[in-house]
Amino acid sequence: MLDAKIPGGPLEAKWERHRFDMKLVNPANRRKFRVIVVGSGLAGASASASLAEMGYEVDCFCFQDSPRRAHSIAAQGGINAAKNYQNDGDSVRRLFYDTIKGGDFRAREANVHRLAEVSNNIIDQCAAQGVPFAREYGGQLDNRSFGGAQVSRTFYARGQTGQQLLIGAYGALSRQIHAGKVRMHTRTEMLDVVLIGGQARGIVTRHLVSGRIGRWAADAVVLATGGYGNIFYLSTNAVGCNVTASYRAFKKGAFFANPCYTQIHPTCIPASGEHQSKLTLMSESLRNDGRIWVPNRKDDERAAGDVPEDDRDYYLERKYPSFGNLSPRDISSRAAKEVCDEGRGVGALGRGVYLDFADAIHRLGESTIRARYGNLFSMYEKITGENPYQVPMRIYPASHYTMGGLWVDYNLMSTIPGLHVIGEANFSDHGANRLGASALMQGLGDGYFVLPATLSHYLASTDLPPVSTDHAAFVDAERQVREGVDKLLAINGHRSVESFHRQLGQIMWEHCGMSRREGGLKQAIQEIGALRAEFWSEARVTGTGDEFNVALEKAGRVADFLEFAEVLCFDALAREESCGAHFREEYQTSEGEAKRNDADFTHVTAWEHRGVGTKPLEHREPLVFEDVELATRSYK
Amino acid sequence: MNFKLVVWRQPRESEPGRMVEYDVEEISPDMSFLEMLDVLNEDLTVTGGEPVAFDHDCREGICGMCSLVINGVPHGPERATTACQLHMRHFKDGETITIEPWRARPFPVIRDLVVDRRAFDRIVQAGGYISTNTGSAPDANAIPVPKDNAETAFQAAECIGCGACVAACPNASAMLFVAAKAQHFARLPQGQPERTRRTINLVEAMDREGFGACTNHYECMAACPKEIPTSFISDLNRDFVKAAAHHGRFGTLPPQGDIEE
Repeated sequence: MLDAKIPGGPLEAKWERHRFDMKLVNPANRRKFRVIVVGSGLAGASASASLAEMGYEVDCFCFQDSPRRAHSIAAQGGINAAKNYQNDGDSVRRLFYDTIKGGDFRAREANVHRLAEVSNNIIDQCAAQGVPFAREYGGQLDNRSFGGAQVSRTFYARGQTGQQLLIGAYGALSRQIHAGKVRMHTRTEMLDVVLIGGQARGIVTRHLVSGRIGRWAADAVVLATGGYGNIFYLSTNAVGCNVTASYRAFKKGAFFANPCYTQIHPTCIPASGEHQSKLTLMSESLRNDGRIWVPNRKDDERAAGDVPEDDRDYYLERKYPSFGNLSPRDISSRAAKEVCDEGRGVGALGRGVYLDFADAIHRLGESTIRARYGNLFSMYEKITGENPYQVPMRIYPASHYTMGGLWVDYNLMSTIPGLHVIGEANFSDHGANRLGASALMQGLGDGYFVLPATLSHYLASTDLPPVSTDHAAFVDAERQVREGVDKLLAINGHRSVESFHRQLGQIMWEHCGMSRREGGLKQAIQEIGALRAEFWSEARVTGTGDEFNVALEKAGRVADFLEFAEVLCFDALAREESCGAHFREEYQTSEGEAKRNDADFTHVTAWEHRGVGTKPLEHREPLVFEDVELATRSYK
Repeated sequence: MNFKLVVWRQPRESEPGRMVEYDVEEISPDMSFLEMLDVLNEDLTVTGGEPVAFDHDCREGICGMCSLVINGVPHGPERATTACQLHMRHFKDGETITIEPWRARPFPVIRDLVVDRRAFDRIVQAGGYISTNTGSAPDANAIPVPKDNAETAFQAAECIGCGACVAACPNASAMLFVAAKAQHFARLPQGQPERTRRTINLVEAMDREGFGACTNHYECMAACPKEIPTSFISDLNRDFVKAAAHHGRFGTLPPQGDIEE
């Protein structure tokens, strides 16, 4: 049985009490400890900066050319906090409850409560760093309601909140680099974790410019390497986002928790052709004024404007009269897929639905709509070449965020002692679905406030004999990494790596995307195995290992996706219920609503690697709800 | 659509590069410029060539990684648009398109169209932040910021650090980048305690990296995908004169290291 090490006592007092109970490292001794942080997004940059400020020696790694490019930068909407600046009834308790409920009661109470507690410190920290949040005329911070919340608790910087928060964390990180406390390694990719005496004591990397394989020793390793949404090939993630660091830790013994919890965002710009390399998110706020519809008839070729009112199906308004176009993300996404599966989708590929502003423009005037959504409309026009003031937008769901991740205990440590996991890379706080504006909160909460406390405790309370990068475990890990690189370069087939990734994405989207069923998942597992075999005989990876080689980088990441995809499907297969973003067609009400099974599935599923192509071993962490009552969502 | 591409190929920094011609065919007008390059690379891969290396990541115009000079213009012909958000419908069928990396001595070429922009990181490390340790912040609303100041700071903070300003400038000056960084904080009350030393440290770091001086060509503003205005440069210059006078640093160009107060 997995022990989450949740402290005792009442929910509200757990973190405070735990902070007191944890051991500290004497300030004079901190410089004797070295910590490796992989990733420089909100979680990685904030953790690196905070640990260095405390006095630890930090090595931070990122695969991009600068730590400022990490994909946190693309988050649009905002960041939640329980400040209650708007005096509208918000509190730590309410943010905690909304997050637990939003995760469909599949997250740990204690973790989520802690997240709500530190949310306020995050906003203070960011404001002090000069993050230019939106302000009222009186100079106070502005808030908005986001993602259906009943209170206005979201802090934002226009549609670029992630960028501004990341620049804040990057600034703090840069200051510590300048102070000599952080050694920054850009264009460097982690390819293995090194375990000595059962503890994570270092990593092996490949420098993407020179191809040099590096060995790095430390007292603890922190992964802040983001999510695996790119397993679907098309997603709102940056093209470089990958599962490699997490997956290689999994192969070294770290358990992977709830991989089937993948969030699909309902309002993205649809793919325009087979060449599509990524999908762009459009803010969900558009659904406040846009009406979603498709033609009544299949294969209706008429232009949107030529389809008379009687021939249109405003399906969300029809099926969910009280929430209508504002129905939750998972429900809206599935409904869009359904109508497109029926052959009523719009656009060149038939994979899109209309988001129509004609009524809103008629009612409020174009200038009001322009004031509300002008930047989004011009972004849409830039990408599609269509003017959404005149023709309806087309939208379609896309992979956006992954709630699953490496299993961690309350201290954010994985099942490998010393290997800590923070931000999107861990599984801990969002349960089966993530609320809007909560990802930034979690990344910064972990990095600025939680990890610095729990990692100190680990360093203070653990026997850490000195290790050298000459140790046999490093030599062995390096050899394996080199062999992996050589193996990819030796395939010498005639199919591009990109085409394998695209095909994997199609398999996953079809069988393990918005809705899943047993037969489809089993078929997917077979298809993935076959595709992987083909990859290792037919892929073509050009160039050599000791140069800047983008083909090689990509091939390594796709190879890992081709293995990890099975783990995701096994998890989706094992979770015989529908909850949050995980919808199993077999488990729904007569009205097509998700049907949770609390009696059998109120637990975290954590998978242990047992070899490629072999079903991983299932472990369970029961979720105990001491404080909240499990309720059923209803959006009718 | 069909295009003739003329692309800079260079195996590594230490070897010379050259322009190489490629034909790409059946390009959809809805493809982004980078997707068009993806097509070229897939073709090159399966026909035994070496794919063209170019930097890219988010492909939605915010990470600042893409860095192509297209037909002589950083990020190409569309205003306020990064190369990843530029679509092929803006080109003419049959057109010849030249693609080069950023050209500036402080941005050495790594391979093909990929350059090393760590000079920007080092400038920020010298002072592009407000020094505040985690945990030491007062309540966020204890520091009121006039709305207009917050918006101007935001406008400066929108910089994505792509380096198009440097690539566009005949002097390879980084003044727009540095000014945006400095003015983001100069407009905020939180940024005042370090304003003087930040100004000096940023400008001296820029000089150390070998970027040129600003001689008012305004090419940077025209190339900037976020349309950051050159008025920030005037503001930085004013701040620099004040700061330099304060520290007796007029005309002392040999680097003296960071100012510690």
